Amino acid sequence: MTTQHVRVTVNGQPREADVEPRLLLAHLLRDAFGLTGTHVGCDTSHCGACTVIFDGRSAKSCTVLAVQANGAEVTTIEGLEQGGKLHPLQQAFWDQHGLQCGFCTPGMIMESTWLLGQNPDPTEAEIREGISGNLCRCTGYVNIVKAVQQAAAELRAAGAGTAEQASVAAGGR
Amino acid sequence: MIPAQFDYVRPPALADALRILKEREGEAKVLSGGYSLLPLLKLRMAQPALLVDIRDLDGLDRIVETAEELRIGGRATHRAIHEDATVTARYPLLRDAAGGIGDPQVRNWGTIGGSCAHADPSADWPAVLIAARGSLVCRSADGERTVPARAFFLDTFQTAIEPTELLTEVRVPRPGDRSGGAYAKIERKAGDFATAAAAVQLSLADDGTIAEAGVGLAAVAETAFAATDAEAVLRGGTPTEELFRRAAQAAAAQSRPAADGHGPVDYKRAMAAEMTLRALRRAVARARGAT
Repeated sequence: MTTQHVRVTVNGQPREADVEPRLLLAHLLRDAFGLTGTHVGCDTSHCGACTVIFDGRSAKSCTVLAVQANGAEVTTIEGLEQGGKLHPLQQAFWDQHGLQCGFCTPGMIMESTWLLGQNPDPTEAEIREGISGNLCRCTGYVNIVKAVQQAAAELRAAGAGTAEQASVAAGGR
Repeated sequence: MIPAQFDYVRPPALADALRILKEREGEAKVLSGGYSLLPLLKLRMAQPALLVDIRDLDGLDRIVETAEELRIGGRATHRAIHEDATVTARYPLLRDAAGGIGDPQVRNWGTIGGSCAHADPSADWPAVLIAARGSLVCRSADGERTVPARAFFLDTFQTAIEPTELLTEVRVPRPGDRSGGAYAKIERKAGDFATAAAAVQLSLADDGTIAEAGVGLAAVAETAFAATDAEAVLRGGTPTEELFRRAAQAAAAQSRPAADGHGPVDYKRAMAAEMTLRALRRAVARARGAT
């Protein structure tokens, strides 16, 4: 099997690598690009810890081949913080203690960025449905939901909710 | 988990994809959203020599309604189907099912063609297409054929599609007046495959009796199947709770569940009946004008 050359825009930066077709996007991000914020939990498409934004849609990066991402834009957890300032979702997970061990947190936050881009004012039920592809074994989800609610309110108050989230969802910075 | 090695191509046009499938007959697998195929590759239940990614093929994600039917491109995602205005307005069975498949990430990328070609016995679309008397369009370099859903799903992970064919489109007859459909599913946890699920599509005659009914069950046999005994009970009957219960029992009796982590056989049969009952109630209510 021959390797293939892939070019991916990750968090606004052009990156490239030679990969085997069987390499998963999660491993491209972690091993080739050193972006270890994307966690690999179950490796069976269930847990959502590896969630990234892939060409504008949330995806489980353990269920995407690196070669599928050739020419694509990807946003990972590392792409959210800007100039030393945490993204409102990152800050809200901190403020609300929306985590215990933190392993699921990057996936939770990435899925939540996508959710708020789609629906800037979700109900609690919509938040729970929205993160139903992301498993947390520590918290019971209560503080995670609170964190998403806090971030949603802040983004709406800032009037930047739609624009900023659309930018994140589109893979921009 | 790492898949076995394979080659990967992303052809620019449908004709190229079909040519490759013909040239590499039996060696190639089509990659659509990947949410069924990649887990299979990682478990090494499939070890194709070549993956043909259909992502760049134009037109395969269109959803178009004609005078007779709804035509859904094979690469249409579950989310796109769920959010489609025509589906929302006139195809409640499809909308019910699409919104409950997997989880948000799965619905973002998983496709109706991928799900049908994969043919997991617990998948949602096969039962839906069976109930709706839909059909599946299989295209090869040599031509195209349309296979009724009731003749497409043969066994676990087995369909009527040939190795040289690509599932380009799914077709669902346009429901007439006084028609209703519904999908009911029970799962162990959010996003899980169904423990049991029932799809119902029916129409009422002028006198209020059931003119025609389609019932498809998922997860309670080696593949999705038409609960034909239940359909016979329903046809011509007056839609009452008593009739629904008889049909539900007939559906459960026709099921062939296997005991597994989702539950024992008796429980799955009971759930097949209960899901049929719930889908029937909602489908009839919708045929009478409820939303």
